[in-house]
Amino acid sequence: MAVGPSEIEKIAHLARIRIAPDQIDEVASRLSDILGMVDQMQAVDTSSVAPMANPHDATQRLRPDAVTEPNQRDTFMAIAPQTEDGLFLVPKVIE
Amino acid sequence: MHSKTLRELADGLDSGQFSSEELTRHFLARINEHNPTVNAYITVMEEQAIAQAKAADARRANGKASVLDGIPLAHKDIFCTAGVRTSCASKMLDNFIAPYNATIVEKIAHAGMVTLGKTNMDEFAMGSSNETSWYGPVRNPWNTDCVPGGSSGGSAAAVAAGLAPASTGTDTGGSIRQPAALCNLTGLKPTYGLVSRYGMIAFASSLDQAGPMTRTAEDSALLLQAMAGFDEKDSTSLKRDIPDYSATLNDSLEGKVIGVPKEFFAEGLSDEIATKVRDALAEFEKQGAILKEISLPHSHLSIPCYYVIAPAEASTNLSRYDGVRYGHRCENPQDLADLYTRTREEGFGDEVKRRILVGTYALSAGFYDAYYRKAQRIRRLIKQDFIEAFKEVDIIAGPTSPNPAFGIGEKVNDPLTMYLEDMYTIAVNLAGIPGLSIPAGLVDGKPVGLQLIGKDFCEAELLNAAHRFQLVTDWHQQTPAAFA
Repeated sequence: MAVGPSEIEKIAHLARIRIAPDQIDEVASRLSDILGMVDQMQAVDTSSVAPMANPHDATQRLRPDAVTEPNQRDTFMAIAPQTEDGLFLVPKVIE
Repeated sequence: MHSKTLRELADGLDSGQFSSEELTRHFLARINEHNPTVNAYITVMEEQAIAQAKAADARRANGKASVLDGIPLAHKDIFCTAGVRTSCASKMLDNFIAPYNATIVEKIAHAGMVTLGKTNMDEFAMGSSNETSWYGPVRNPWNTDCVPGGSSGGSAAAVAAGLAPASTGTDTGGSIRQPAALCNLTGLKPTYGLVSRYGMIAFASSLDQAGPMTRTAEDSALLLQAMAGFDEKDSTSLKRDIPDYSATLNDSLEGKVIGVPKEFFAEGLSDEIATKVRDALAEFEKQGAILKEISLPHSHLSIPCYYVIAPAEASTNLSRYDGVRYGHRCENPQDLADLYTRTREEGFGDEVKRRILVGTYALSAGFYDAYYRKAQRIRRLIKQDFIEAFKEVDIIAGPTSPNPAFGIGEKVNDPLTMYLEDMYTIAVNLAGIPGLSIPAGLVDGKPVGLQLIGKDFCEAELLNAAHRFQLVTDWHQQTPAAFA
């Protein structure tokens, strides 16, 4: 399936990636190529085949709901771009 | 010392021929000399390596050394190493100092091995040529105008050039086996769930597996032994009894049935590689194995299926890179949306962005069933092909890669052609089964890989077949002359 510039802008918004206006056509063309290749799948009737999410059809293992991890806030905040008083700082969201 | 196997190095350490510190300093000196050419390492951990080597020598002096104790190795820069930059070869994580160790990093350290450094790779493991790295391409030691394969290209080039005796890699669609093939190594992608993914930066979580990259099958068995095993911290890790992988290496191949898929010798395979692979298969016949032509009828769908599932999972996994908690953040963000979108525009390279966009599209409202669900159904058909085939055969064999190493820059602007390099490896990840690439000859001085594929958790069987092959061939002993 071919995707045009307006669809690219929509996908880029969903993915939260800025694409420079002069690159939109190029990205659209590349994505259309990939989606075109992927469309080979559509030739196969899979109506009676169950989807496979895990190659062993395994499901996530659950653990008891108990506290196991120590507090490592300082360790994890030490590598953050901007912090203050134990909080991650971002640009003002609400005026 | 730098062309010896892990087994030979263990013997050398045992007999006192050299110490771990001498061995480690030898590899560090070689890295210093050759890494500017090969670009196999992103980070060299000189100080830590020497400290680890001295500790290993002390354990050995006290008679407490295990088999791999004191032997150096390199980790792909996708594994978190506490206190050491873990970049995944991305600008996004160029400033990321991991606060903890990956489970396999812990396990390998527990076995006493010395970490020389972190190896170059395709950005976030997305690529088959190691050209998408933020730190520049890796060069193939066999021909420095050529790529080493990818995504574990730095791990492969480091061992091939004698800058490490072994390395770790990860394989989502062929990223251990294809670079192993292009650099003349033995590279194993274990069964999904055998090796912990904890602390391994996620690309496509239902496909990613870590594994060893070594010179021989014997070494692969030793390193896999140190890596494999259940991990509480990885929710997809499976509880299994881990066999002694070295114990069965010499078992006879008499009567083993090796399936040869006709689809793996069809259009797209270079003639020279077909010849080398057929010669290699004949060696197994000489050892009493029986070759049987089989069919994997859905294998032509593995690339389309993979290029939905892997990008879909990647787009989800990589949504965590938002410029808030760690990693790159753009300058002077105007608002939160600007912070996210510009951070991600600047932090990710072209191929990573492309896959995030494809994945986002495949998961978006209105397209989910046609792409993602469809791909998951095709995935079951691909797994089913293998289940059917393994009713009649013990092992499946064929080429690892359709072409030998290609020129740097040759395919980088043509993603669809690049994706075809993984046409024989991807189905193995989709099915979750183990795959191994071993050296099978040279074409114009470039290595060729033979791929052996096994049933779930049959790594020992693959290593046994590979070891028997390596007892009667010497392809795996060849090294590139420029790095003697």
